[in-house]
Amino acid sequence: MKEDKRSIWVFGDYRNYFQNRVTLQLLSRATDLAKEIDAEVCAVVFGHEVDEWVGEYIAHGAMRVYVTDHPSLKNYSSDIYVELMTRLVKEYKPEIVLVGATSFGREFAPRVSKILGTGLTADCIGLDINEKELLVQTAPAFGGNLLARIVTPEKRPQIATVRPGVFQEIPHNYEAAGKTVYVALPENLPNDRVRLISSLRQPAREQRIEDAEVVVCGGRGMGSRKKFRNLYELAKILGGEVGATRPVVYSDWAEDEALVGQADKHIKPKVLFSFGISGAIQHTAGITDADFIIAVNKNPHATMMKMADVAIVADAGQVCTALIRELKRRIRT
Amino acid sequence: MLKMIVCMKQVPMVTELPWDAKTGTLKRELSEGMMNPACKHALEAALRLKHEHKGHITAITMGPPMAEEILREAIAMGVDRCLMLSDKKMAGADTLVTSYTLARAIEIFCADFDLILCGCHTSDSETAQVGPQLAEELDIPGIAYVEDVQINSRIITIKRLSDNFLETLEMDMPGLITLTTRNYAPRYTPIAGLQDAFDEPNILVVSADDLGLDEAFIGISGSPTMILDVYSPTAQKKNIVMQGTPKKIVEELLERFDDRIGSVIRKDLKVEK
Ligand SMILES: Cc1cc2nc3c(=O)[nH]c(=O)nc-3n(C[C@H](O)[C@H](O)[C@H](O)COP(=O)(O)OP(=O)(O)OC[C@H]3O[C@@H](n4cnc5c(N)ncnc54)[C@H](O)[C@@H]3O)c2cc1C
Ligand SMILES: Nc1ncnc2c1ncn2[C@@H]1O[C@H](COP(=O)(O)O)[C@@H](O)[C@H]1O
Repeated sequence: MKEDKRSIWVFGDYRNYFQNRVTLQLLSRATDLAKEIDAEVCAVVFGHEVDEWVGEYIAHGAMRVYVTDHPSLKNYSSDIYVELMTRLVKEYKPEIVLVGATSFGREFAPRVSKILGTGLTADCIGLDINEKELLVQTAPAFGGNLLARIVTPEKRPQIATVRPGVFQEIPHNYEAAGKTVYVALPENLPNDRVRLISSLRQPAREQRIEDAEVVVCGGRGMGSRKKFRNLYELAKILGGEVGATRPVVYSDWAEDEALVGQADKHIKPKVLFSFGISGAIQHTAGITDADFIIAVNKNPHATMMKMADVAIVADAGQVCTALIRELKRRIRT
Repeated sequence: MLKMIVCMKQVPMVTELPWDAKTGTLKRELSEGMMNPACKHALEAALRLKHEHKGHITAITMGPPMAEEILREAIAMGVDRCLMLSDKKMAGADTLVTSYTLARAIEIFCADFDLILCGCHTSDSETAQVGPQLAEELDIPGIAYVEDVQINSRIITIKRLSDNFLETLEMDMPGLITLTTRNYAPRYTPIAGLQDAFDEPNILVVSADDLGLDEAFIGISGSPTMILDVYSPTAQKKNIVMQGTPKKIVEELLERFDDRIGSVIRKDLKVEK
């Protein structure tokens, strides 16, 4: 039974559940991919007292869950988890292994792939199966300015880490039948070479611009600090956050935290408004994951306008004010 | 004496990227290079440890001859020794092969290291894989995404934010860490120092044969992953242009995209006719 059915595995990363649902999102995508290569979708869970997650994964599409449950696995440990994972993969030989691109996943997956001597594509934003039944992994490069499609033609399994929020989870079905395979903790496990001194869960932060579904970005084209402040009112109506370009932050129209760009603030809103921004690459490197971009600029040839879904040729300050008025008219509370 | 290795990579300067937004092709050979930002933070961390513990730093890069520039910069900033792995046979390496190649060089030229510092990821390929894979290849403990590192009686203690957890971890030497860009803002490179660094001959250039590497395991042929194509995601926008008075424009915008915007902000934007 072991090797005749192909399988797609999803690493069960439950540490920040419910906020981080990437495992569920991957189970959903794996379910679609599995149809194309006639494979079984499996989840892998390491930890202590993890039945809750096992149930959750089955409800979200896992047909089989491999579980190692032991008190010594209470805390995430890359050394030990890597060891357990590589042993399981060697035994059951999955075609594909998907791991959420959380901090842990991005440390764990490279080591698993190294030991197995196979390819890994990091931080994917797309997964498909091609005509050769290979996993086509779409991954960003250069801050998302370019996307690369990558395959692992020969080595197995094909491993990918996948950015949270890319795929939609399937609604749970607690009636779903799934098998649970308990795997005992191996006796000859090596010691964990990294010692955990302390681990403090941070309070869930308030909405950050990186997580916001709507971002209103403003640049020098807003003209003045006073007009720039109108963007805060617009953002409030839209339930979003305000972002800014570097000259704006330097002129103190917005606080440092609002700076969007190459440096490190990468945003991924579903809707992005861009007011009076030229579209220098240091800024646009931070917005390549925006789904729908509405740009306002006096200059129709600005780079930002070419990147936009809707390019509005007009005065940024005036459009902002008009938009606030029109939204207020439409949203009756 | 604390013996450190900093692995660094030259990446194209993003401002200078000569790329065609329409086709998404990149003329990499034309772009100017710079030291990858996270590597520079790793170097800064190493320099501070060197100051504190009387250390010695070897900088290593694998890349085309032009990548020598970042080693010169590293000398100007304060590293003691440089190793440059440069060979056509090494070109096109993916992370698995890069970590293999770096490991072999380290074993030959600086086997008695205490600590390896890498950047957490590079700004061009962004894989964040080389560090953890190098630790695995050398069979030493490794910790990624480090924000603070202290060393006390041969124990490496680090702090990091991993997902939502503020962690303090420790491991024995030798070990490997990868640094984020959150701390260790790099010092300025003194211009005079930079000039001196270019006069200094002491960069050891090493080829695949010097390392006794099997060609089957290096470069593009040794890499298990294969790039099918590269394209620009922004080239495919439909780009609707709107003009007129601000009032007319916003009416048109909300008329055409009431669903698209309304569904995201969870508000009904339709006006009753
Ligand atoms: C090493 C380095 C790192 C950098 N990192 C970042 C970064 O992380 N983030 C960042 O944002 N920048 C960064 N920059 C700066 C970046 O290169 C640009 O200078 C900056 O993004 C430009 O900001 P802007 O679009 O607001 O201003 P400008 O480039 O001045 O553009 C203003 C735009 O507004 C338009 N405009 C003018 N008046 C009006 C009006 N009345 N109505 C409508 N439109 C109008 C103009 O046509 C123009 O397109 C960095 C630069 C360097 C060198
Ligand atoms: N060609 C290389 N030469 C030396 N070090 C490298 C090279 N490629 C990657 N590294 C190291 O690995 C880190 C992560 O790179 P990456 O996995 O490519 O994102 C970098 O910050 C460097 O410290």
